[in-house]
Amino acid sequence: MEAIKQLILATAPEAVLEEKAHLTVTVAPDDLRALATALKNDPASRFDFLIQLTGVDEGENFSVIYFMTSTDDMTRQLVVKTYTTDRENPVLPTVSDIWGTALLNEREVFGFLGIRFIGHPDMRHLFLTERWKGYPLRKDYDASREANPVDVTSYPMSDHSETWVKGKDGIQHEKIQLFEEDDYVLNIGPQHPATHGVLHFRTALDGEIIKKIDVNCGYIHRGIEKLSEGLTYPQILHFTDRLDYLSAHINRHALCICVEKAAGIEVTDRTEVIRTIMDELTRITSHLLSWATMCMDMGALTAFIYGMRDREKIMDIFEETTGGRLIQNYNVIGGVMADLHPDFQRKVKAFIPYMREKLKEYHQLYTGNVIAVNRMIGVGVLSKETAISYAVSGPVGRASGLSCDLRKIMPYSAYGKVEFKEIVRHEGDCMARYLNRLDEIEESLHILEQLIDAIPEGEYCVKTKPIIRLPEGEYFQRVEAARGEFGVYIQSRGDKTPWRLKFRSPSMALVSVMDTICRGAKVADLVTIGGSMDYVIPDIDR
Amino acid sequence: MEVKDIKIKGIPHEEFNDNEYLEKYVEELRANGVGIVTGVLDDMINWGRSNSMWPLTFATSCCGIEFMSVGAARFDFARFGFEVTRNSPRQADVIVVAGTIVDKMAPILKRLYDQMAEPKYVIAMGSCAISGGPFCNSYCVVNGVDKIIPVDVFVPGCPPKPEALLYGMMQLQRKVKVERFMFKDKKKQDK
Repeated sequence: MEAIKQLILATAPEAVLEEKAHLTVTVAPDDLRALATALKNDPASRFDFLIQLTGVDEGENFSVIYFMTSTDDMTRQLVVKTYTTDRENPVLPTVSDIWGTALLNEREVFGFLGIRFIGHPDMRHLFLTERWKGYPLRKDYDASREANPVDVTSYPMSDHSETWVKGKDGIQHEKIQLFEEDDYVLNIGPQHPATHGVLHFRTALDGEIIKKIDVNCGYIHRGIEKLSEGLTYPQILHFTDRLDYLSAHINRHALCICVEKAAGIEVTDRTEVIRTIMDELTRITSHLLSWATMCMDMGALTAFIYGMRDREKIMDIFEETTGGRLIQNYNVIGGVMADLHPDFQRKVKAFIPYMREKLKEYHQLYTGNVIAVNRMIGVGVLSKETAISYAVSGPVGRASGLSCDLRKIMPYSAYGKVEFKEIVRHEGDCMARYLNRLDEIEESLHILEQLIDAIPEGEYCVKTKPIIRLPEGEYFQRVEAARGEFGVYIQSRGDKTPWRLKFRSPSMALVSVMDTICRGAKVADLVTIGGSMDYVIPDIDR
Repeated sequence: MEVKDIKIKGIPHEEFNDNEYLEKYVEELRANGVGIVTGVLDDMINWGRSNSMWPLTFATSCCGIEFMSVGAARFDFARFGFEVTRNSPRQADVIVVAGTIVDKMAPILKRLYDQMAEPKYVIAMGSCAISGGPFCNSYCVVNGVDKIIPVDVFVPGCPPKPEALLYGMMQLQRKVKVERFMFKDKKKQDK
């Protein structure tokens, strides 16, 4: 860490270094790009993995916070902070050419706070429409429905975008054409079964070949982050289940850990093991659904029926203990909501051999199928460099040879106690992603096997204060959700509600690489690639 | 012609909760009378229609997964006549609004509804579609799809259990069973 500090001070002498939970650097906007380039390229730091960037309304001005880590050592984390000088017309330099993650994230910050990033090639609203009045995450935003009433008129979508560049006479505004004049643009979504939700791709085609994809999000943007600012921590919990509903339990786990760590609540061993078991069951359901829908997208309806059938077994186990099927609302701050059902262990133990048997069946049914093989091998290759640049993690990142399993790298809950393999493949194509998921089910079963007989006795939930106030500060927690790294960032000002709460969504990274990996592929491959990426749209839009 | 009691195969009449509005409607029909030929024709058409209600594949969020569960092997709504989901609104009879509808989605939902061929029905599935649910205070969530399109059946839950959705779909079938189509317009003119 000393070398990194020296590097920072050598590049930006006026930077302020603080030792908090993570090393935090506050840097002036003018030094940001130089520092970012140095941090990424210097062999001592190599912060090539930008986890997320977040905008915060600080009152007088806005700050933007960059969380980064290095693929050399994922436990090495750094927080870089910068701020705008102007509240009326805030501008910051872009880092989108340094980290691909910034491309969509900066657009998100622009939509939420109105910060314009100079040099960003496509400065449009990501979630809201161009006609939206105000910037929702500003503290003085008028959230009433009178300001932005519901409008059911369909407006044409603009084919133009904007970019801001620094010219001779200050900051200039340039118009950018998204598609060429004679491009054939095919609209896929927002109501299309293969987009797995309400995602909208505007696809420029050259015959059958994809030239460019313009991703449009926001068709399920529910404003969770803004809502959270007005709610207490236990009240926020239920939103996490509804982000990525397929890894509902894991998301909620992340927020619980974050709040518990910040408030100094110690949970019992029993809780930790129960949470881990539930996480792994959730991961299996998610991968099963992903397998089922991916195969269905490629035409194998039987696979969909099979996947859903086996998923129901876990749904039953969930329902007995938690009362919920898809959304369990099971984790609470300090533990879990209810103790395990007496039948829980027996049913999980019966499920493990059952699932192993079925996995073989899946491979027989689909993996070796000649059509499937032809449609998946060598299609939609995601290189390791692109995966790192866009911060793609989870089964997709691991299919491109990036070792990024947080359960292994930074074990939380009971993951430190169990033994399991991290599945890494190097091909980076649809087949690798497909096989990774099936292998991860196998590994999850292995984890379950080790834990199911070793659930310690004790309290399932510790008593917490009725009102939880977090001490002033910033808290960040990363966990491995079914689709990759899920993060919770809380900025607290000592109140019972957070000042700013941000969820790092794994699906956002998956969608941001779609343009890169689909270029040159056939339009029919878009469906296969989309299925193998397995993004969940409400997780992107939040 | 005597109007028959509403009967569907799935659940007996007494086991449904709110029978009053349908019973009232049947009484009204009995009092006014229904033409012999048209009444029989109506019954026949409704029998066919109520047993082949094809839903549109439309889901925005969590409820969509439960909707998929209902379509899959275990719950299997094909048993009750919701044979397949159609991907084109032109081929669908019912739209199950599964999930939150936000401002950006509202025009699209309206357009999808407009594209569906008459007679068409709407089921609002889950608390988001009914009232905005947990997100009702948000700056960009439509507080209930009934603000945009007319809703026939509301299925509460977050998300509703598959059994609840099946119940809601059967309620819709009963509603369809008692509809009068033949000379409907003429009747309106008489009034």
